[in-house]
Amino acid sequence: MSNPHTSSSGESHGSVSSYIIGFVLAVVLTVLSFGVVMSHSLSPAGTLAAVSALALVQVLVHLHYFLHMGGDSEQRWNNMCFVFTVAFVAILIVGSVFIMNNTALHMMSR
Amino acid sequence: MLGRLSLSAIPLDVPILVGTFIGVVIVGVAVLGLITYYGKWGYLWKEWFTSVDHKRLAVMYIILALVALFRGFADAIMMRTQLALAYAGNPGYLPPHHYDQIFSAHGTIMIFFLAMAFMTGLFNFIVPLQIGARDVAFPFLNNLSFWMTAVAFILVNVSLFIGEFSQCGWLAYPPLSENQFSPGVGVDYYIWAVQISGVGTLLTGVNFFVTIVKMRAPGMTWMKMPVFTWTAFCASILIMVAFPVLTVAVALLGLDRYFGMHFFTNDGGGNQMLYLNLIWAWGHPEVYILVIPAFGVFSEVVPAFSGKPLFGYSTMVYATCSIMVLSFLVWVHHFFTMGAGPDVNAFFGIATMIISIPTGVKLFNWLFTMYKGRIQFHACMYWAVGFMITFTIGGMTGVMLAIPGADFVLHNSLFLIAHFHNTIIGGVYFGYICGMNFWFPKVMGFKLDETWGKRAFWFWFVGFYCAFVPLYIVGFEGMTRRLNHYDNPAWHPWLLVAEVGAVLVMLGIACQLTQLYVSIRDRNLPQNRDVTGDPWNGRTLEWSTSSPPPVYNFAIVPHVHELDAFMHDKENGIDTRQAGAQYEAIHMPKNTSLGLACGIFALIFGFAAVWYIWWLAAIGLVGVIGSVIARSADKDIDYYIPAEEVARIENEHTRKLMAQAAE
Repeated sequence: MSNPHTSSSGESHGSVSSYIIGFVLAVVLTVLSFGVVMSHSLSPAGTLAAVSALALVQVLVHLHYFLHMGGDSEQRWNNMCFVFTVAFVAILIVGSVFIMNNTALHMMSR
Repeated sequence: MLGRLSLSAIPLDVPILVGTFIGVVIVGVAVLGLITYYGKWGYLWKEWFTSVDHKRLAVMYIILALVALFRGFADAIMMRTQLALAYAGNPGYLPPHHYDQIFSAHGTIMIFFLAMAFMTGLFNFIVPLQIGARDVAFPFLNNLSFWMTAVAFILVNVSLFIGEFSQCGWLAYPPLSENQFSPGVGVDYYIWAVQISGVGTLLTGVNFFVTIVKMRAPGMTWMKMPVFTWTAFCASILIMVAFPVLTVAVALLGLDRYFGMHFFTNDGGGNQMLYLNLIWAWGHPEVYILVIPAFGVFSEVVPAFSGKPLFGYSTMVYATCSIMVLSFLVWVHHFFTMGAGPDVNAFFGIATMIISIPTGVKLFNWLFTMYKGRIQFHACMYWAVGFMITFTIGGMTGVMLAIPGADFVLHNSLFLIAHFHNTIIGGVYFGYICGMNFWFPKVMGFKLDETWGKRAFWFWFVGFYCAFVPLYIVGFEGMTRRLNHYDNPAWHPWLLVAEVGAVLVMLGIACQLTQLYVSIRDRNLPQNRDVTGDPWNGRTLEWSTSSPPPVYNFAIVPHVHELDAFMHDKENGIDTRQAGAQYEAIHMPKNTSLGLACGIFALIFGFAAVWYIWWLAAIGLVGVIGSVIARSADKDIDYYIPAEEVARIENEHTRKLMAQAAE
């Protein structure tokens, strides 16, 4: 008998195949990043842009395949919590830099 | 072998502490003796200490909070008495070393162990019942949270008799709290008490967030959720976001003290201003964590005693959510004078003023709920109306302090002290006591005595103004906080008035204790018994259960059709309980002793870390980890209440309801 009030199982946490797809994508993206840098085939600015773009895709792959975020209604709470967390962390970090930098300027402590 | 601990750590030379210690020993022996005499150890162990029932944990949280109130208030009246005496040639009776510990302990205890514990107690009792759930999402974590909070409070009190407590104020600002200036164990007691209770609070936040998101009764959409549950939800989010910041700030201070690092030191590249920034990034949300649930209490109490639905439910919800977000954008107003420029101070000053707008919206909602209502002036309403007046004044002085220019004059003066006591006593404390009067019959099955409740209110209300209006005045006259002694003749009369206020508050607390005593003594009188489970013609689901509710809360999980679900059912003749329906076996969590074990090991770890007794600290740490692993490996964590047992309990309640109705 399953009881929604005491059962500890939540929504789906992905399947073996989704984890494997995520893992392969992550490895491919990592290899590509290394490849771009080690082959010297692009200009320094181009290399930087390519590595940044690959890193961004890498982040998205992790969020989707390992942290289970996406368009499904099942994953709405994951998405919302993530956006909320990012917003609050951003407030804290940007705010701290704003405050501490400004204080340091006015107090001539650097 | 014993690290820094030696016999000289016991303050035998301070008569006040020796007297207190003897008192505590006598009371402790008496309590333990009575428990043994009546053979209640097994009962306490089985029904309370190892319980994962949210209702039992709620009661334990509130008892902890009342004990903390006793300790915190003892500190408060000692401070007021010192300042009434310590004028001109009279040094007072508390030397600075002792006085500094008292104000540090007062703030720490009142916030972390009175207010937080009381709030968690209210969450525990009310939230699952309001949303039609049978327990919280993680019953074991709930028990663990309680024991973490309780042992942290014990650790603070151990510091009274073994060693000393922090002398650095309730937030332990560096560089004063660094080893260079505080070489003793006081700050270490503070660090470990805050860290251990922080674990408990964080787990509580996670627990209630998940409970409210996942376990609402069918039909209870977000905008049909009771306002108290909304406030608990917002406070849980704030806990999850803010408490890790506190943990990190205090941990970095701990690294400075234990490993000679330089995060906040004067030399070696440290920057103590970063500590202020971090601690207030937690500290400001923290005061909203405390006050938002108090707003929730008033939003339940005012409609119940006005005989009307809450005015502007959706604005109340939006106001709560905006306060939640805005409370994260104002932390600099605690340190405007630290040296940031006008752009930083203006941003945070304006953000602070903006926060008063949703708060004002709430006040108007309560006032319009009362407008043309059929108001019963029950003791709960006294606290609610007293809150509205007092909190408005506190809010307005808060807006004054939000003006950076004015703050440069008033910063760290007694004006500030008066302001935050105005909001914390007038908002948080009045709110929680109002909630205690309101939900007490649900918890215990009998009402709290109203006469003594009103007496307590009047003493608190008058005592509060008497104690803190003088502080506003001497604050304007330039008296700074945390003074041990002063020479200014203009301040002396006001501080005598404040002492009278503290005595009145003491009488208020005495009335509250009398209220408890009288209510328990007269619990069997028919007018005090709560047979129906709905003594105030309540609007939300918790009033549909019996008082006290059965262990499973709801035999049949209710279906929610409207906001104020229970009122809707009553008006439409729907039986929320569905008495006599086909009952099924109910799946419930089993009691566990591992939460208590974890707590005791955490206490051992904290105490050993304070005194550098590393072998004992290792035992404590291994014990904590071991308890958690043992719990994870335990498969025997649940049981079923058979359908016949459910039917028996429910029919018994139905029979009582019938008998009551027949009278």
